[in-house]
Amino acid sequence: PASLPFAVGQCGNQVGCRFWDLALREHAAVNKKGIYDEALSSFFRNVDTRSGGDGPDIYKGKICSLKARALLIDMEEGVVNEILQGPLRDVFDSKQLITDVSGSGNNWAVGHKLYGCQYQENIVEMLRKTAEHCDCLQCFFIIHSMGGGTGSGLGTFVLNLLEDEFPEVYRFVTSVYPSGEDDVITSPYNSVLAMRELNEHADCVLPIENESLFDIVNKIHQMTNSGKLGSTVKPNSLVTSSAGSTKTVQEKPFDAMNNIVANLLLNLTSSARFEGSLNMDLNEISMNLVPFPRLHYLVSSLTPLYTLADVNVPSRKLDQMFSDAFSRDHQLIQADPKHSLYLACALLVRGNVQVSDLRRNIERLKPSLHFISWNQEGWKTGLCSVPPVGHSHSLLALANNTCVKPTFIELKDRFMKLYKKKAHLHHYLHIDGMEQSCFAEAISSLSDLIEEYNELDATKYGPGTDPPRLKIAV
Amino acid sequence: MSIVTVQLGQCGNQIGHEVFNAICADVHGTHGLCSKKENESYHDACMERFFREEESEVPVARAVLVDMEPKVISQTLSIAARSGCWKYDDRSHFCQKQGSGNNWANGYSVHGPRHKEAIMNLVQKEAEKCDRLSGFFTIMSMAGGTGSGLGAFVTRCLRDAFPTSFILNHVIWPYGTGEVIVQNYNSVLTLSHLYQSSDALLVHENDVIHKICAQLMNIKQISFRDVNQVIAHQLGSVFQPSYTAEGGSCYSRNPLGDLMETLVPHPEFKMLGLRNIPQMPENSLAYSTFSWPGLLKHLRQMLIANAKMEEGIDWQVRPPRPGFSIPSSHPTNKPLHFNTSIANLVILRGKDMHSVDLGSFRDPSLYTSWLNPQDAFNAWKTPRAFNKYEKSASLVSNSQFLLKPLDNVVGKAWNMFASKAYIHQYTRFGIEEEDFLDSFTALEQVISSYTLL
Repeated sequence: PASLPFAVGQCGNQVGCRFWDLALREHAAVNKKGIYDEALSSFFRNVDTRSGGDGPDIYKGKICSLKARALLIDMEEGVVNEILQGPLRDVFDSKQLITDVSGSGNNWAVGHKLYGCQYQENIVEMLRKTAEHCDCLQCFFIIHSMGGGTGSGLGTFVLNLLEDEFPEVYRFVTSVYPSGEDDVITSPYNSVLAMRELNEHADCVLPIENESLFDIVNKIHQMTNSGKLGSTVKPNSLVTSSAGSTKTVQEKPFDAMNNIVANLLLNLTSSARFEGSLNMDLNEISMNLVPFPRLHYLVSSLTPLYTLADVNVPSRKLDQMFSDAFSRDHQLIQADPKHSLYLACALLVRGNVQVSDLRRNIERLKPSLHFISWNQEGWKTGLCSVPPVGHSHSLLALANNTCVKPTFIELKDRFMKLYKKKAHLHHYLHIDGMEQSCFAEAISSLSDLIEEYNELDATKYGPGTDPPRLKIAV
Repeated sequence: MSIVTVQLGQCGNQIGHEVFNAICADVHGTHGLCSKKENESYHDACMERFFREEESEVPVARAVLVDMEPKVISQTLSIAARSGCWKYDDRSHFCQKQGSGNNWANGYSVHGPRHKEAIMNLVQKEAEKCDRLSGFFTIMSMAGGTGSGLGAFVTRCLRDAFPTSFILNHVIWPYGTGEVIVQNYNSVLTLSHLYQSSDALLVHENDVIHKICAQLMNIKQISFRDVNQVIAHQLGSVFQPSYTAEGGSCYSRNPLGDLMETLVPHPEFKMLGLRNIPQMPENSLAYSTFSWPGLLKHLRQMLIANAKMEEGIDWQVRPPRPGFSIPSSHPTNKPLHFNTSIANLVILRGKDMHSVDLGSFRDPSLYTSWLNPQDAFNAWKTPRAFNKYEKSASLVSNSQFLLKPLDNVVGKAWNMFASKAYIHQYTRFGIEEEDFLDSFTALEQVISSYTLL
């Protein structure tokens, strides 16, 4: 089944670029014979370019020219242009891009209402064409940030469009949330306005916080530079590294952080692309991890962050990998799932790991985790045989956990600080289609969501008696 | 008569493949330990049952492979072909791209009707290639979306299209903790629907087989393949040819019919459990010898005490003796932990099985009172050893074996249903709360029936 990633805005495209690069690297490592196979077809078309330009799709046989099933949208040109001039230029064609010149000025309303309206037809057209090339489209991925204007505004506009045009196809959104010290003053407005759209129209959201990515990057930096006992890390095993991919230039500051997000997406889709003894497709993730429609925010964690190169140093035990997935410093948002309430949890394991390893670790970790009363055994598991590049095994944990609540509460607080003073509102309200009620509805939507999490948290320490069973007349 | 196997979903296809492997390996093995003539009879009976002989090619399994995503079927077909011993018919499979997303409703209400014609065409083709059709053997898990939902739908279609054929569903009970979060919902929906169309449900529990792998087979890092191979061995021990009549001169021609006749006297009671002993790592086989009395003693106690394997049996459990006073306030009037049976079938494979005394299995106190114990117990035998085991004994039991697991699954599903969690995922595809209630009601009825034995 095919997946279609949309990168919207600067952040989205920078992450997207890392994603495509690492995807190619991953497939190159696995696909030794250069045959276009099912795994590749998830993210890439195979195009016959011999006659020049964009030829027909080739569905079987040798790889001719791989084109990403992607859509790149930005209201500035800088990032997309760089991609098109870089080593990935042949992976995209002009029909997959929409750019403009002036940007959205960090204004959700400009992105959503102004550009949304302006580019709606283009986007739908592009969407339809790209979808036509997919044998079976299962999932859309939107990659964007919440704090700006394009990713946030236009990104959520696209989300709406996807629901209208392709209601059957799942919509996964990877959203980078702004930190408290974000230098965009209006980021709380943009984020809350975007959140409302995510509440209503996304199937699953994977929130990411830059602070967490930053902490992980630092942690790795410390590890690799501490020179502990002469142990070195395998360069392309770092969850932050671009080694082995097409990037030859000096890595840009956000590259390491963006690589983490790119790896998240690769791991998320690994079981849909590669074989394993217990497959886990994207629609299964949505089915198992979303018990109530609006509670679809999943906290993700990736382990291991690196693999040691020195074979004489015993590799970190498999069980350690499972423990790490539940530790604070591996989460991609500033949250601690261990001390909050789990509604559901998914473990996607890659590499040489068997069902007994999974079972042993679930049994081991279960007692220290709090699961809601009606989902005491709420684990969804997947086993994919193919490990990521540079590792012998890896684990992606996705948690539907009330620990997202603080992130949302803080967002709400920051929003209210500005909103009470009506700061910067005029920038938004003078955009056609934007009214004060949009703000009111957005904050109300966020408050309701927080309240839903509160209600669930309240059950955590409840008496928890099982409901009586049906009685049958004998 | 032949059996057409329908492999449904990832689990069904992975297990089905191991079953054909096990059968083929057994038939071609040199450990038959019986006369050449016996071996040939066995071989011929097995071939008729499970394979078609194509000219100058390896035997082709009488099977239809169904899945809603392509990876597993593609793997299964190629691994089988590489075995050089047997293969699947390249055209006898149906798959899609999307998968069922672990959603029973998606499997049953969407994929089912959409692909009914294509799937039933394949089944019809396979059925027509049988000289005489004994019936259908479907393999599926309850936990996912395809095996469970589409599996339930296909079973209903089989019943409609082949009203006089037997249908045996092999159902895999998922691990208690987490394979799929909505597994209890999927299980409840599957079991209640299968009960309507199927003749019997033969159950294997992942937790139980896992323990066998760990404690009896000594496997360190247990994979699904290991689990599936044990399951395949146990299934083979039931379905490989045997003599069903005392003093019979030829192998039974109607395995499914015979099974149903002996084990399912009443449509309310369709849950069959399976035990097989001995079970051990292959490299220990050469050093072990067993006696029939020893094996049967263990097997009987496993039945009475509801033991899942031959280690850790509770020998304290005894059948109630007539005149033994039990407080009349006790609801079932039988000692606790005692597993009451409706019907049992013991299958003995290996040398010297003629002289075996099976009287202990005919003890009326093992059975519920409404059946004549002579009818409640049957034995099938063959001197031909199975799968390198010099002697092996299997028990297929219609008893309270599955009462507790069933009760657990229904309990957990009910708990979740009370909070309405995940229901929107099912209503999205056409399964409403009422459908859930119907399923719960049906299963509480089954639980009640088995409890009152």
